[in-house]
Amino acid sequence: MELLSSSEYKYLKTELTSDQLFSVHSAISLQLPAAIAQPEVVQLLSEEEEEEEEEEEEPLQLKMMKSKPDEEDYWNSSKFKAFTFDDEDDEFSRLKESKQAVNSIRRLVEEDDDEDDVEKVSWSGEPVGSISWSVRETAASNQRTDREPAFPKINADTPTISRSHSGYSLSSLFKGKTKTGSFQFTDSLSDSSVRLYAPELRKPKSEYKDYVSDWSPEETVHRMQQGKAVSLEKFRSLQDKLLLLDFSVSAHDGNVITAVLIYLKRTLSKEVLFRELESRQTALRHFIHYLTETRDQRLLLELLRALGRTEDVALLQYKEHLSIADENKRRDFLKSCLSLPFSPEDSAHVQDHYTLLERQIIIEATDRQAERGGKVEIFQKFPRRASILNMPLITTLYYCCFYHYTESEGTYSSPLNVRQTFR
Amino acid sequence: MAHSARRDSPELPDFSLLKRLARDQLIYLLEQLPGKKDLFIEADLMSPLDRIANVSTLKQHEVDKLYKVEYKPVISTSDQLCFLIRPRIQTVKWICDVANADKAAGKFRRYKLIFTPQKFYACEAVLEEQGIFGDVTTDEWAFYLLPLDDDIVSLELPEFFRDNFLAGDQRWVRTAGSTLHLLHSIYGPFSKIYGIGRCSKMAYESWREQVEEGETKARQAEIGNVFLIDRDVDFVTPLCSQVVYEGLVDDIFRIKCGCVEFGPDVTSSDKSMKVMLNSQDKVFNEIRNEHFSNVFGFLSQKARNLQTAYDKRRGMDIKQMKTFVSEELKGLKQEHRLLSLHIGASESIMKKKTKQDFQELLKTEHSLLEGFEIRECISFIEEHISRQVSMIESLRLLCLLSITENGLLPKDYRSLKAQYLQSYGVDHLLTFANLRQLGLLVEQQPGETLTVMESKVGKLVNDKTAGKLTDAFSSLAKKSNFRALSKKLNLVPKSDEEYDLRVPRDMAYIFSGAYIPLSCKLIEQVLERDGWTGLEEVTRLLNGHEFAVTGSTTGSSGADSRAKNDAQRIVLVMFLGGCTFSEISALRFLGRERGYKFIVVTTAITNSSRLIEALLDNHV
Repeated sequence: MELLSSSEYKYLKTELTSDQLFSVHSAISLQLPAAIAQPEVVQLLSEEEEEEEEEEEEPLQLKMMKSKPDEEDYWNSSKFKAFTFDDEDDEFSRLKESKQAVNSIRRLVEEDDDEDDVEKVSWSGEPVGSISWSVRETAASNQRTDREPAFPKINADTPTISRSHSGYSLSSLFKGKTKTGSFQFTDSLSDSSVRLYAPELRKPKSEYKDYVSDWSPEETVHRMQQGKAVSLEKFRSLQDKLLLLDFSVSAHDGNVITAVLIYLKRTLSKEVLFRELESRQTALRHFIHYLTETRDQRLLLELLRALGRTEDVALLQYKEHLSIADENKRRDFLKSCLSLPFSPEDSAHVQDHYTLLERQIIIEATDRQAERGGKVEIFQKFPRRASILNMPLITTLYYCCFYHYTESEGTYSSPLNVRQTFR
Repeated sequence: MAHSARRDSPELPDFSLLKRLARDQLIYLLEQLPGKKDLFIEADLMSPLDRIANVSTLKQHEVDKLYKVEYKPVISTSDQLCFLIRPRIQTVKWICDVANADKAAGKFRRYKLIFTPQKFYACEAVLEEQGIFGDVTTDEWAFYLLPLDDDIVSLELPEFFRDNFLAGDQRWVRTAGSTLHLLHSIYGPFSKIYGIGRCSKMAYESWREQVEEGETKARQAEIGNVFLIDRDVDFVTPLCSQVVYEGLVDDIFRIKCGCVEFGPDVTSSDKSMKVMLNSQDKVFNEIRNEHFSNVFGFLSQKARNLQTAYDKRRGMDIKQMKTFVSEELKGLKQEHRLLSLHIGASESIMKKKTKQDFQELLKTEHSLLEGFEIRECISFIEEHISRQVSMIESLRLLCLLSITENGLLPKDYRSLKAQYLQSYGVDHLLTFANLRQLGLLVEQQPGETLTVMESKVGKLVNDKTAGKLTDAFSSLAKKSNFRALSKKLNLVPKSDEEYDLRVPRDMAYIFSGAYIPLSCKLIEQVLERDGWTGLEEVTRLLNGHEFAVTGSTTGSSGADSRAKNDAQRIVLVMFLGGCTFSEISALRFLGRERGYKFIVVTTAITNSSRLIEALLDNHV
C-alpha cells in the first residue's frame, strides 16, 4: 500500500513542518475508508488486513495494467481477485504448511484418490527380509582391496598430515617453519596406493592392554567416519589429542571434527583448548557452531573474548535481547548493551535502538490510555491495530505522523521530535 | 515454442529406483520396532516422506498415529514412540525431555530415533548428557536423494547452505560424498568429474574414499560425467529475479518438494489446491522453461486448440461420440483443468508483478549486472528501503549491488545500512554481520589485498600464520570479481542488440537476454573444453579450487559403444548449497543445443528469498 510517493517520503523525512504534515495527514485520511486506519504502519497489520487493503487498491492496478495496450483486452475480461503474497515465511505460515502436510498424509488413509498431491508409487509387497541393498552396510564395509584407486586424489585444501611424524601436532609444525617461508606439506597420500600407518605412539606398554583395539589417530578418524565404535579415551596427551583433531580436519568430515571437539572440550581446560583452536580455523568454526547450537552462550562468549573477537562478543550479547519479551526488561538490557565493544558505527545503531524503544514505551503508555479514555477523537476514529512497541523507526515516524501530527516539538511523540532525535 | 531438439538425445536414467530404495529401507527400520507404535515426523521431512510412501504403507507396518515434531509435550498413549528426524540438536533435546518426563511420571515406553540421512555424534552426545543414552535405540535412514522430476534430484537439505557457507561447518560434506557414492553405484561408474569450489573438492574426496572402501561392480554406466559446483562460486544468479515460468512460480508461490499450493485466486474457486509441478503435467512441461512473456501466447493458443477439440463433437453421430467420450474426453478434461490452473497462476503473477513496479526492478537489476548507472540503482534501492516495500527484497538488491560492484564504497555502505536498520529494525545488525562474513554485502577496502576477515584474523595470530590462513579463508568474504568475470566470459550480452525471447540464442534468455548465469556458463565452458584449460584467468578470479579428473576405465571395455557414447552425454550437475529453477532451465536449454542431457542434483531448490532468509538473524 503506497499512498505516498517516494519523493513525498523523503520530504516527510527531511523537511517536515506541521503545516505540511497536516496536509499529508489529511491526504491520507481522504484516501482511506475508516476501516483501515493506519496505512503506513504496514507492519502493524495482520495478514488478513493486508488482504483487505489490497482489495481497496484494485482500481489502481487496473489503471496500471491499462498502460500496456496489447494486454488490455485480455486483462479487462479477466476476473481476478486480490491475493496476498507474504514476503516473510513467518512461523505462522510455516505452521500452516506443516499442518497441511500432516493433513495430506492423514487424508490418504480415508481416500485413495490422490491425483493432486501425492504420486502413486505401487508398493510391491515384497517381504521385508528381502531388502538386498543397504547403503549403510556398503559404507560400513571394512573390506579394502589392494587395487589401483579408481579415481585420483586431489588436494582438497587441507594440508596432508605426514604419517612419518606422529609425535608433533600440526600446529607446532606450522608455527615452527612458516618463518623460513620454505614450508611444504608432505604429500605422501597422493602418489601411493600403499597405505602407511602412523607408528605407535609412545606410551607405557601396560596401557595397551586396556583397549580391545588400539587405533592410530587416522584409523580412529576413519572408523568414526564409518560410524564404528571407537574409544577416544586413550588420546590423553595434548599431542595425541591435537593429532586426532588435525586428522579429523583433514578428513573433511564435520561430524567427526565436532565429535573430537566434544571430547577435547571435556578433557582439556578452556585455556588450552582455546589457545590450540586459535591456529586451527576449521576446527574453531566447528566449535563455535557447536556451541551456538547447544546454546552454550557463556562458553561461546569466553571463547570469543579469548580470541579477541570483541565485535562478535558485542553482537552475540546484543542478540540476547530478542529473547526478552517484556519491553521494560528489554529496554534495560539494551541500555546495558551500550557499553559493549561494538564498532563505532554499530554502537550508534544500538544507541538508537535503545532510545527508540525507550521512546516507544512512553508513547505506548500514553496512547493506550488515550485510546481507553475515549476522549481523543483520532483513536476513536482510527483505532490502533497493534502496539507501536518494537517497531522500526520509520514505522514509528509514520505512526507519530498519523496520531500525533499536531503536537509541538516538545513532546516525545511529535513527529518533529522523533525526526530530531534520530538523524 | 518448439525448440530444435537434437533427435539423438540420450535417455535419462530412471530415478524412481531411489524412491523404492528409500521406502524399502524405511520399512525395514520400522520393522525393527515390532508392534504398534506412534510415529513423530520432523516437520520438514513430511513432504519428502509424502513423495515416497503413503499412510497405508506406514499403517501396514504397525504405525498407529502420526504426529509432527512440534517441541511440545507429547499426548500419545502408545507405549512405543518412533521419531523420524533430521540430526538436529534441538530435536534430540526435545526427545530427551519427552523421555525424561515419562521417567519422572513412572511411565515406561520404548523410544526409537531414526535419523535421516545420517546421525551425528553431537546428537548422541546430547542423549548421553541428558541420561537417555541406552534408553533409546537409534538408527539411520539413508534417505539421501528425492527425485523431484525426471531430471531433478534433491537432497532436501536447505540447511546445507547456512551450515556450510556461513558457519563453516563441514557436517554435510560426507553426506554429499555419500550421495555421489549412491548415484555412482547405481548409475555409474562415472568417467569424468569436474568441479569448482572448496566444498566440491571435499565432497569429491569423501566420495572417492567411499568408492575405494567399497566394491565396484563392473556395469554399464548410465551417467558418464559429473560436475560439482559450490553455491558461493556464483551468488549473482540466485539473487536475480526469476522470469522463466517455473522460476517465477517458485518466487511467488514457493514450490515445495515439487508441489505448489495455488490459492483461491488461482483456482477460481473458494479453496486452495495442491498441484504437482513436473513433466507429468503436459501443459506445465511446455511452459516451464519459457520466458514469462511467451507464456500467455502459448496458453491462449492452447486454449483455442482445446476449444477446437471440444467442438469436434458437434455433428458427430452416436458411434463417433462414444469413441470421443471413451478416448479423448478424459484427456481433454485433464488438459482443461491444467490449462485453467496455469492461466490462473499467470494472471496472479501478472497482478503481483505489476503491483510492485516489476519493470523498474528488473531494469535496476539489469543495470547492476551491466555496471551501468550505479547511482540511479542506489537511489532505487534507497527508495525501496524507505518505502518498506519488502525486507527480503531490499536486502537482495543490496547484496546484488555489493557483489556486482565488488563491495560498496564505505560511505554508501554506511548510509544504506543505516537506512535499512531504520526501515526494518536495528535487530538486523546481526543479519548484516552474517552477510559481511559471507562476503555478500561488504565495504570496499581501499588498497587492500587481504580480505576483511583475513586481515582481522591475521592480526590476531600475530601475522605468523596469516599467510597460511589465506587458503582456509578464501571462501570467506572473498572478492566476487564479478565485473571481470562477466567481461571474460561474456556474461552480459551487448544491450543494443535486439533479443528475441521467443527464439533464444543463448542461456541469457532466462534473464530476458540480460545475463548468462555464471554457474551455467562455467559448466558450458568446461564441458566444451573437457577441463579447465584456457580458463586459468577465470578460475583465478573465482579463487581457484577447480578440478577435473578422469576415472580408470576398468570393467567397461567390452561395453556397447553406443550406450557408452550415450552415457558420456549425460551430465550430472551437483549444486552444493542449492540451485534455482532458472539455472535448471538454462541447463535444459544448453542440453538441447549441445545434445547433452543434464541431471541436476542439488542440496535444495533455492531462490533469492530462501537464500536471504537463510542468513537473517533478527529472530531468536
